[in-house]
Amino acid sequence: MDAVRPSEQTPQPVTTTDRHSEREVVVTRTFDGPARIIFAAWTTPELLMKWWAPASFGIRFLSCEADVRPGGTYRFVFAHPQSGEPMAFVGRYLEVEPPSRLVWTNEESEEGSVTTVTFEERDGKTHLVLRDLYPSKESLDEAMASGSIGGYPEQFNQLDILLKGAPDVGSARV
Amino acid sequence: MVQFSQLRRFDTSFAAISDATRRGVLEQLGRADASISELAQRFDMTLTGMKKHVGVLEQAGLVTTQKVGRVRTCRLGVGGLREEAAWIERYRQMWAARFEDLDKIVEQLKQKESSDGRSTTE
Repeated sequence: MDAVRPSEQTPQPVTTTDRHSEREVVVTRTFDGPARIIFAAWTTPELLMKWWAPASFGIRFLSCEADVRPGGTYRFVFAHPQSGEPMAFVGRYLEVEPPSRLVWTNEESEEGSVTTVTFEERDGKTHLVLRDLYPSKESLDEAMASGSIGGYPEQFNQLDILLKGAPDVGSARV
Repeated sequence: MVQFSQLRRFDTSFAAISDATRRGVLEQLGRADASISELAQRFDMTLTGMKKHVGVLEQAGLVTTQKVGRVRTCRLGVGGLREEAAWIERYRQMWAARFEDLDKIVEQLKQKESSDGRSTTE
């Protein structure tokens, strides 16, 4: 079976998600802009704060620190109406190759994933591939069973996102 | 590479969770097993309407039911399918929501670049 590679699809703002392997989840998306701009939006705290926690989440940034260089650390702190305590997400950047590649660890939990994002520019558009690689099948299964998404505990997602509206069924895996 | 059988399985799952009531039923069953009449009551629906929803979830393997006496009890499907399909869909929605906001930032930065470019070359 010949599968169309994401980068060969017609660029359109469709977010796809797959469990690519026992311990890896992959997200793809195409953006209408050059890679250097997309890369800047992923690596500049002031810009990250404008999109990493969309209003529809009910989550609010309290602070965003990111020392974006190999070995540098980041710390994102959020508040949520359903949680009395602020939540911190922390980790380290492993690879920083502007404007095409960014790798960081997710260390708020012991079995956190390593996230790799690549930005591939073509004709002024940028195809993004994000891979969340967990240390083991068990750790990804565990994350799924707990309902935690991207480090956010279940209660942050269930009502705010799951019940936000009908998922885009037809385009979920174009 | 995702296998075709997996895609089909996910398609059924996605269709099953495309409905707010059915997502609510899954959330509810995640907390505790429930009979169809309990679910109907909780979601303020007729028994027939709830039976249909549960039927769709059952076909997708997200829910199993067992009739004991006159009561049909529903519980989450075995094998982690519910968790996996629902998790992946929510994970996708999280990124899709972020990327919608990121689109706006990209647009703003592009405009800023082009206006900066004009001012420095003029």
